[in-house]
Amino acid sequence: MATGQINSNATEAWAGKVSPFSASYGKLAMWFFLLSDALTFGGFLASLGFARHYYNGEWPIGEEVFHSFPFLSGHFPLMYVAFMTFVLIISSVTMVLAVEAGHRKDQKNVVKWLFATVLGGALFLGSQAWEWSHFIHGSEFGKVLLQDGSWAVSQSEGHGTDAKLTALKVVEAPTQGGTYKLGEVITGQQAENLYAERLSASADNIVKGADLQGNEYGPQAYSNYFFFITGFHGLHVLSGVILNIIILLNAIAGVYQKRGHYEMVEKVGLYWHFVDLVWVFVFTFFYLI
Amino acid sequence: MAHRDDLIVNDAYALHAQHGEEEGKKVRSKIWKVTALLSIVTFIEVMMGVFIKQTSEAWHYAKWTFIALTILKAGYIVMVFMHLGEEKKNLRRFILYIYYVLIIYLVAILTIEAVKQNHKLTELFF
Repeated sequence: MATGQINSNATEAWAGKVSPFSASYGKLAMWFFLLSDALTFGGFLASLGFARHYYNGEWPIGEEVFHSFPFLSGHFPLMYVAFMTFVLIISSVTMVLAVEAGHRKDQKNVVKWLFATVLGGALFLGSQAWEWSHFIHGSEFGKVLLQDGSWAVSQSEGHGTDAKLTALKVVEAPTQGGTYKLGEVITGQQAENLYAERLSASADNIVKGADLQGNEYGPQAYSNYFFFITGFHGLHVLSGVILNIIILLNAIAGVYQKRGHYEMVEKVGLYWHFVDLVWVFVFTFFYLI
Repeated sequence: MAHRDDLIVNDAYALHAQHGEEEGKKVRSKIWKVTALLSIVTFIEVMMGVFIKQTSEAWHYAKWTFIALTILKAGYIVMVFMHLGEEKKNLRRFILYIYYVLIIYLVAILTIEAVKQNHKLTELFF
C-alpha cells in the first residue's frame, strides 16, 4: 500500500495509524535510541578531547602505543587497529546487503549476508580481546621511575628471554631541579645500567602494562579512557552480535518470510551501522589524533 | 490475536520499502561504491597516521584532515548504509538537527570549562 493512500483520508490521519515521518514506530524508536546513544558517545569523546588537551605533550601517541600484530614480532604501527576498523566497515557492508536482500524478500541471501555479519562482529570482538590483553600486559620493560622523580618509557628489541633494552625516553620530568630533561633519550649500555640500578633499588620503580591504578604509556587518564571508551563500544558490539544472531535464526526459520517483510533486519541493521559509525570516531580520536 | 489499533495498518511502511530485482541491482552497485570509498579513506587515514609525526609541522593540517575525513565517512554511513538519505526530509532533519545542536553545545561547554578549570582537572577526576 502506498503512503499516499493512507494520507488521503484526513479523518483516518487525525485518528492515528499514520506516521508523520512515513516510517514505522519500531524504526523511529530505534532512531530515537541511536540519537541518545550517539550523544553518550559524543560526550565520552568530547571528554577525551578535554583530557587530551590538558595533558597535551604527555599524552601518548597512538602509533607508539599500538604497534603490535598477533603472531608477528616487529613494529607495525596502527596496522592492527586499521585491520579492526576494516573488519567493522566490511561487516557493516554485509549488513546493508542483508537489508537490501530483505527488501527483495530474498531469504537465502538475507541468511548468507547476516551470517557474514555475525562472523565479522565475532572477529572484531576477538581482536579487541587480543588488544586489551596486549594493552594490559604491556611491553617487555615498561616505564621506569628515575632518581629525580621523572619517568622514562622503554624501547626494546626481541621478545621473552631474548628481549633487549635499547633506549629509555624521558616522558615526564620535574619542571625545575631535575637531572633529566623532558624528551631526553638514553641509549645502549648506559640505559641498561640505569634500568638495572632502578630495578634493584625497588621493584616499584618499574610499571608494566596498564590497569586502573597505573599504566606505562602515559597519564593515568589515558588507560582509563582506553578501557572506558573501547570497553563501552565493545559492549555495543557484543549486544549487536547477539541481536544479529537472533535475527539470523529468525530468518533461517522463515519468520520474516511468513510476516511478508524483513523490517526487523533493517532495524537491527541500523543498530549495527551505528556501532560501525561510533568506531569510525573512536579510531580517529583515540588512535589517530 | 487481539485487535491492536496502535499499529500502522498492514505494515504499510515496511512493505513500502520493498523493491524488485532491477532496483536491487542499482542499490547494490551504490553499496559497493560506498564500500570502496570508505576503504580508500580509511587507508589514507592510516598512512597519514603512520607517516606524519605529531611533532612535525604538517601535523596541524593532518589533524584537521583526519576530522574532515571522519565526518565524510560518518556522512556516507548515516546517509547510505542507514538509509537516512532516503527517509522523509522532516525525519532526516529531526534526527540530524537535534544532534548538531546538542553536540555543539556539549563540545563548546567542555572547551570553555577546559580553559577555566585547566589546573584543577587532575584533582577533580583522577
